[in-house]
Amino acid sequence: MTTPLTPAPTPGAPLQGTDSLLLEPSGPGRAPWQRLLANEDFRRAVGCLAGFLVLAVMTGPSGSQGAPTSGFTGSLFNLRVFWFVGLAAVLWGAMTLRRRYSAAVKVWNDKALALPRRLLPDTRVRYGAYFVLLVFAVVYPMHISGFWQEVAVQQIGVYVLLAIGLNVVVGYAGLLDLGYVAFYAIGAYSAAFWTGAMPVHLPFHLNPFWTIPLAILAAMLAGVILGVPTLRLRGDYLAIVTLGFGEIISIVAQNLTSITGGPGGVLGIPHFSVHLLGVHYVWGLGNLPYYYLLLGFVVLILIFFHSLENSRVGRAWTAIREDEVAAQASGINVLKYKVMAFSIGASTAGFAGVMTASQVSYIEPADFTYQLSILILVLVIFGGMGSLPGAVVGAAVLQWFPQFLRLHPLFGFQQQDLYIYLGALLVVMMIFRPEGILPSKRRKREIGLAEHGVGSADAMTTSTAEVQ
Amino acid sequence: MCFTQNFSQYLVIGLANGFLYALIALGYTLVYGVLQLINFAHSEVFMSGGFAGYFVLQAVVGKQPHGVMSVVMIVLGIAAGALGGGLVAFLLERVAYRPLRRRKAPKLAFLISAIGASYFLYNLAGKEFGRTSLSVPYIFNGSNSGIAFTIFGAQVQTIYVIWAVAAIVLLVSLDRVVAKTKLGKGIRAVAEDAETASLMGVNIDRVISQAFVLGGLLGGAAGFLFGLNFGVVYTMGFTPALKAFTAAVLGGIGNLRGAMLGGLVLGVAESLPLSCVNPAWQDVIAFGILIVVLLFRPMGLLGERLGRSA
Repeated sequence: MTTPLTPAPTPGAPLQGTDSLLLEPSGPGRAPWQRLLANEDFRRAVGCLAGFLVLAVMTGPSGSQGAPTSGFTGSLFNLRVFWFVGLAAVLWGAMTLRRRYSAAVKVWNDKALALPRRLLPDTRVRYGAYFVLLVFAVVYPMHISGFWQEVAVQQIGVYVLLAIGLNVVVGYAGLLDLGYVAFYAIGAYSAAFWTGAMPVHLPFHLNPFWTIPLAILAAMLAGVILGVPTLRLRGDYLAIVTLGFGEIISIVAQNLTSITGGPGGVLGIPHFSVHLLGVHYVWGLGNLPYYYLLLGFVVLILIFFHSLENSRVGRAWTAIREDEVAAQASGINVLKYKVMAFSIGASTAGFAGVMTASQVSYIEPADFTYQLSILILVLVIFGGMGSLPGAVVGAAVLQWFPQFLRLHPLFGFQQQDLYIYLGALLVVMMIFRPEGILPSKRRKREIGLAEHGVGSADAMTTSTAEVQ
Repeated sequence: MCFTQNFSQYLVIGLANGFLYALIALGYTLVYGVLQLINFAHSEVFMSGGFAGYFVLQAVVGKQPHGVMSVVMIVLGIAAGALGGGLVAFLLERVAYRPLRRRKAPKLAFLISAIGASYFLYNLAGKEFGRTSLSVPYIFNGSNSGIAFTIFGAQVQTIYVIWAVAAIVLLVSLDRVVAKTKLGKGIRAVAEDAETASLMGVNIDRVISQAFVLGGLLGGAAGFLFGLNFGVVYTMGFTPALKAFTAAVLGGIGNLRGAMLGGLVLGVAESLPLSCVNPAWQDVIAFGILIVVLLFRPMGLLGERLGRSA
């Protein structure tokens, strides 16, 4: 019998030299503070408190260069912080109660949701609801002030268009496009070019209506040129390449002064006008005529996208999103459908660019920033990726609310802080409700399945020419 | 020939920038190694380092320091920047990544949550610290951009020397940490195969957190070094981080030495053509390189995978 050189490890004890890499020891024998840290209720309380303190800082006074900590002290060492601590306590209490009485909550939920659950799948109810919404969208803007009419066109209408376009890329195909605004810019500058407003122009000028197909074509072409090389690769590369592309377009617009007008932008893009069979009509600076034009186009595009979603193409996108390898094995040309989604999204943005350029009749590179790309992404995520009603409602609500806050500044809301809230909203949505407020049924189930290890719910994980 | 004109000068500028890109790129590569995800909020880790270094120096520097005090100040600033960056990276992993990982969320959700965090952080910094650029106090030579010496007709600014020395020290120590320590062993194990590593008793959550913090330390230090020359402002992270990402891809994402090499190559490659074209196009050159690399050599110069090559 030889004695082993090293004592046999006792079961449960960490191996020597690897203790810092090992999982935390569990069960009894832990220090009280460790048990406290592991306590779910305590962790939730800390999370609630931290969240609301961040909210207190977000809504608090701004700091400045000279007094960089004044924003923090002004919002945390101030009586108003008790509001937020109180709200955190309320939220924590609600969460605790909800967990304790989860069975009762479920029963109550089922009762409350029974009627909508029965009615919603009914197509007649749904189309009725869409019709009522459409009537509302037609009638209501006639009775609001000029400020809100302008909001309805420039803040809501155009952004709904942009959101449903990005929804095709992010929602349907599960691709992340962070340079979406570049295609919006391409559309706007195309409109300026073909109508002869740019420093470089052709000997003839086109009516803005004719620039729509040309701008769509230009944006689509840019989408294909950018998409074909990058969509072969891992999905997250697309995000970063589109980000870079957005920057390139903005730098080009700023620096090719002799062609694009440089930082000063392009002035005097003509409004839409009709001169046909003795009918002469010019849209002019007014908001309502543009609103109705935009509404008509949005409805047409919605119908088109809706049918696209349920067509062969839409099913191919779904298949790619759910399991790219399986989709390819089933004979779907993955690259083709990805490029298609990407360029359809791009051309929608291009179209939105024409609308903006023609209505505002002035564009500048500062209109097309990275911030805007993220804003549009927030609209899509908030409403629900892959859900057309979600994209429309999400865009309308999120674009309307800041304007409302501008007129009625609750908690001292400042317009330039808006982006802080949007960033936080993205993180919170991803943690608690990744499928959005009005989720598409399929997308919701996909995300749920992906979380159980089935499929991927996006076109990010694998790729057609993955590099090993 | 415009290309050969001032060649050595542009080479020096390119190398100096390249050292910073390498430092930032390591953050991308470390996180990519353990998570197979691009950390979109790394730009804000960089920015936080810049602000942390700025505030500490602002509080400490009285009148113009010189000699040994300058060196002490620089080390202090780098340490503050690194701590700031590390702290933000740690919190970022806790808030924007860990809850999603617990739920096994799809990859798209991680990217979106990281973008949200980045957006939140940099706009919050703009709100709290003002939206104009702040210049870091002068800590040597009467300014932060004096000329140290001239070599082959190229003027080398003192700041370039500082960048190079600091970056080389940090890069070498990171390389040693990852190659020799238990912490580095954990990171390499998770990068190689997270599931097997966890079966061997490696605490994956902790290793991922450590990778974030390590990357944050370097990124934050780079933020301070950058701010020393260009000033700190809430938007400072965007372009350097995008270029550092390019550098990480150029070297082979997930590969530590690749990121270092990629940073230097990108810095030089975007700087040399500047003798021929307007400096405004520098960023376009860098992003053009990114697209070309992805087209022709998406695995980068040295190939991918942290586990194998570090």
